[in-house]
Amino acid sequence: MGVNPATDPKKTTHLFFGPQHPGVTGNMSVEMWFDGDQITKAITHVGYLHRGFEKLMEKRLWIQNFPLVCRICVPEPDINEECYAMAIEELTGIEVPERAKWIRTLVLELARLAVNLMAFGGQGGTLGLGTAAMWGITFRDFVLDLFEELTGARIYHIYIQPGGVRRDLPQGFGGRVEKVLEKIEKRLPELDRLVLNNAIFKLRTQNVGVVKPEWIEEYGLVGPVARGSGSVRDVRKDAPYEIYSKLEFDVVTESGNDIFARVMVRRREMDLSISLIRQILSKMPQGPVATKLPNLTEWRVPAGEVYSRVESSRGEYGYYVVSDGSLKPRRVHVRGPSYVHAVPLLERMLVGANIADVSNIMVSLTTCPPEIER
Amino acid sequence: MKFTDVISPFLAWSRAAKKVDTIPYPNQQNPGADRYRGFHINDTSKCIGCGRCETICENKAIDMVKVEGVDPAKGDSGLRPVVDYGRCCWCALCIDVCSTGSLAFTNSYSWVTENPDTCRYTPGVDQKPWDNQEKGFRQNNDVLGWAGSPREQMEIETPEKRIENFDEVVKGYTIDQAMEEAARCIQCGLCISACPAHMHIPDYLKAIAEGRFVDAVKLFYDNNPLPEMCGKVCTRQCETVCAMGYQGESIAIRWLKRFACEQFESLADVLALDAQPGEPNGKKVAVVGAGPSGLSAAYYLSRKGYEVHVYDRLEKGGGVSWYAIPEYRLPADGISKQMEVFEQAGVIFNYGKDVTKELLTDLENRFDAVYLAVGLQKPSDARIEGEDISEVKPAFDFLMNAPDKGQKLTGKKVIVIGGGNVAMDAARTCVRLGADVVLSYRRRIEDMPADDEEIHEAMEETIDFRPKTIPIRIERTESGIRYLYHEAKMVDNPKGGRPLPKPKDDVEHAVDADILFSAIGQTSDIEFIPESMQKGMKLKWGRIIVNESQYTGYKNFFAGGDITPGEGDAITAIADGLRAVQGIIDRLR
Repeated sequence: MGVNPATDPKKTTHLFFGPQHPGVTGNMSVEMWFDGDQITKAITHVGYLHRGFEKLMEKRLWIQNFPLVCRICVPEPDINEECYAMAIEELTGIEVPERAKWIRTLVLELARLAVNLMAFGGQGGTLGLGTAAMWGITFRDFVLDLFEELTGARIYHIYIQPGGVRRDLPQGFGGRVEKVLEKIEKRLPELDRLVLNNAIFKLRTQNVGVVKPEWIEEYGLVGPVARGSGSVRDVRKDAPYEIYSKLEFDVVTESGNDIFARVMVRRREMDLSISLIRQILSKMPQGPVATKLPNLTEWRVPAGEVYSRVESSRGEYGYYVVSDGSLKPRRVHVRGPSYVHAVPLLERMLVGANIADVSNIMVSLTTCPPEIER
Repeated sequence: MKFTDVISPFLAWSRAAKKVDTIPYPNQQNPGADRYRGFHINDTSKCIGCGRCETICENKAIDMVKVEGVDPAKGDSGLRPVVDYGRCCWCALCIDVCSTGSLAFTNSYSWVTENPDTCRYTPGVDQKPWDNQEKGFRQNNDVLGWAGSPREQMEIETPEKRIENFDEVVKGYTIDQAMEEAARCIQCGLCISACPAHMHIPDYLKAIAEGRFVDAVKLFYDNNPLPEMCGKVCTRQCETVCAMGYQGESIAIRWLKRFACEQFESLADVLALDAQPGEPNGKKVAVVGAGPSGLSAAYYLSRKGYEVHVYDRLEKGGGVSWYAIPEYRLPADGISKQMEVFEQAGVIFNYGKDVTKELLTDLENRFDAVYLAVGLQKPSDARIEGEDISEVKPAFDFLMNAPDKGQKLTGKKVIVIGGGNVAMDAARTCVRLGADVVLSYRRRIEDMPADDEEIHEAMEETIDFRPKTIPIRIERTESGIRYLYHEAKMVDNPKGGRPLPKPKDDVEHAVDADILFSAIGQTSDIEFIPESMQKGMKLKWGRIIVNESQYTGYKNFFAGGDITPGEGDAITAIADGLRAVQGIIDRLR
C-alpha cells in the first residue's frame, strides 16, 4: 500500500477552511491538503447548516410551507416561493391571473438584481476589496426598500402564493422602482471602476478558476458558471415560465472560462434585469392578482408528482413535489445548482489552485450551502 | 491590462466627499413601509376567538388563551391570541386568514425590552408602545379571500315554477357541492355553543367534507334525533355565528345536514346498532306530545334503557313540524323516514290520545316520570275589531289542516297578518293554491321574525308585502271582507329595543278579500293540567317555568319545548328534551 501523494502527511499540510471563516460562502467547509501553497486535494464538507427543510415540509400544510421554503436562500428567497407555487399550481390546475404573472416576474427580476449586486460586491470582498462589498450591499438595500414596500418584508417576502401574489402593487410603485433603477444605473459605473477596471482584480481573476467548456456537460453546470464558459443555457429562454416569453432579451454569455468571465456575466445580468424590469413595468396589464384558494386548512392537493424549475441567479433551480392527495406534501425535493458547483466541481477546480484563491473560486461558483443540505 | 486599471480603483475616494447612503441610527429612524410586517395588534372587541390564527401558524407561535374581561358569549369563545415572538416568523398568514380581520401588523420594527417574558403577549390586551399605530400590514380579503369565501350555491326552483305546486323549493346539494361546501369549515367550533342542542357541527362537516356520510348521520343522532327535519327548517343559530360569515358567507350547515340525511333511503338502517333500545332498567317514562321535544326525550331515554310511552292527540308523530310546515319546505316522506328510527329505538307511541286531566293523573300514577312537551295549542288573539267574523281564521289552524295535502282554499283573495314563519307559510301556501295574497305587518321587513330566506322567497312569489301597516278593523262586505289599516311610521322605542310603529296619519287604507288569516303567534293552553298539579308547578303567562334540567318542581314531572319559555323553535325544543333526559336520569337514580 503506497501513500497517496496528494495526502501524504510528510509532504502536505492538512487544513480545514471554514465553516467559521468569512471567506467561505455560508456554513460549509473545505478540507484541504496542500504542498507549499498549492492545493493537492480538496474535499467539500457540508452538514453545518442542516435544518431538515424537506422533511419539515412533509409535516406542514401546503400553505404553511411558504414561510419555510423562502428560508432556503437568504439573498434570493423568491425563487423558492415561485418554484413551490408553480408546482402546486400544476398539481391543482389553479390558474394564475395575467397581472399576477407579470408581478411575479417583476419580483423575480428585482431579486435577481439584488442578489447580483451583493454577489458582485462579494466577489471583490474575497480579494480584500472591502469597499466593493459595502457598496454592493448598499445598492442591494435600495432594492430591499422596494421589497419592503411591496411585500411588507425586506428579506423573506412570502409574497408569491399559489394562484398569484398576496397583494397588488401599491399606488405609484412603478415610479419608485424606476427611481431606484436610475439610482443604481448611475452608481454602477463607480462599482465597475472599483472592481472590473482594477489591475489587482484582473490579475487575480483572469485565467484563474477556469471552468473548461467540456465540463458543462460532464457536470451539468448551469447559470453564470456555465455561461461564463460560453454556454447559452438559461431557463428563462429555454423553457420560459411566467411571462418571460413576452419579454425581449438575449441570454448573457461570456467566453473567458475564468472567474473574470463569470463576474462579467453577473455584471451584465444586472443590466439585463434592469432592462427586463423596465419592460415589465411598461407592459404590465391591469386585473386581479390572485385566484381564490379553497379553505387553506382543508386544502388537499390532488395526487401527482411534478418538477418545476426557474432560472435563479445561480442557474437552474428546481422543485420536485409529490402529493398523495392529502393535506400535506408527501415529498418535496429542492434541487439547487450549488450541489454540483460546490461539491464535485469545486473539489476538482481546487486541485492545483493557490490557497489564496480558494474563496475567490468558491464565490465565483455562486455556492449556496442551504441548497446542498435541504 | 491597461494603465487606467491601476488608477481607476482610487477614484472610489471621490465617494468620501459625497452624501452617505446610511442613516445615523438610532438618532434617525425611517418609518416602516405602509405594508410593513411589524408587530401584532388585535382589535379584541372585533375578535371572536375563533382560533384561525392559531391553526394556520406554522411555528405554533400563537396560543388561544382566556383573557380577563372577555367572557365567552354566543359566537365568541372568550379566547384571544397570545403571540410568542420567540417563535413568530412574521409571515402574516395569521393576518390574512383572520376571520373577522381584527388581527393586523403595525409598521414599527424596533422594540427594546429587558424582560423576555414580555415578548409573549396578548395583542390588544397587553399594552405595547405600538398599540395605536395606524399603518402596517393589513388584511385584504378582496384580493386573497382567505378569511371568508362565498357559499356553494344550491339550485333553487324559479318563483314562476314553484308557485304551481308544493314541490320542495331548494333542490339540495350534489355530492361534489356538499363536499366542497363542508370543506369551507375552519373547525373553530363557535357554532357548537350557539346551537341549543350543541350538535357536533365541525365534526360532521369534516365527515361530509371527507365523504364519510354515515359518520355524519351518526354524529347527528348523538344529540339530535330529527336531523333531516332540522336540515330543512331549522332556525340555524349556528350559521349566524359562523366565523366564515364575517367576511364571506357562513357555511350552509343546515343544507349540509339535510344533504347527509338525504343520501340514505333509511336512516334506521344507517344507524342500525346505534339506534337500539338500551338494556332495560325497569323504569317507565311517559312523554306527552310527539313534537321535536317529546321525541328527543323519548329517543334518548329509550336508548338509556327506559320504557318510554309517547302520547299525542294527533294520528302521527312529528308534532307541528309534521302537520303545519308546508310540503314545499318539509316533504312528508322525510318525516316518516325519521319516525322509523324512533320505532327501532323502542319508543312506544300512543296516537290519538287527547291530553286531558284524567290522562295526566293516570300517567302520574303509572309512570316513574312524565315529560310534558305539548307545545302551544291556541292561536293568539289578534285584538282587532271584527276578528270574530267567520272569514277571519287563525293561519295556524289552516296550515295544520294540511291544505297542501288535498284541501281546497275557499276564496281567491287572501290577507295574511303577521311577519313570522307561520305568516310566510300561510301566504306561500295560499299562493300555491291560486290565491292573490296581501301580507300585512306592523313593522318593517327587517323586523320580521321570519327566516330571511323565507321572506326573500315569499317576496319572489308574487305576494304583496305591506310592511308598516297597523290594522284598524275588519268589516264584512257584500262579497267578502274588508281589511282597514293605517300606514305606520317608525318611532324610537323609549324603553329601547325595536322601533315602534305609530300611525302616520288618519288615512284609512282598505283591502278587500275573501278570507283573512291571522298569524300573530300562539299561546299556551294549560287547562289540561289538573289544578293540584298546577299548584305544584311554577307558571307564568300560561307557560311552565322549569329549572336547568327541565324539572317543573312537581313530583317527577318535567316539561320542555314551547310550553316552557324559550326561543320557540324546533332545535331549542330538542335541546330541552336532551336536558330533560339528564334531569330524569338524575332524578330517578
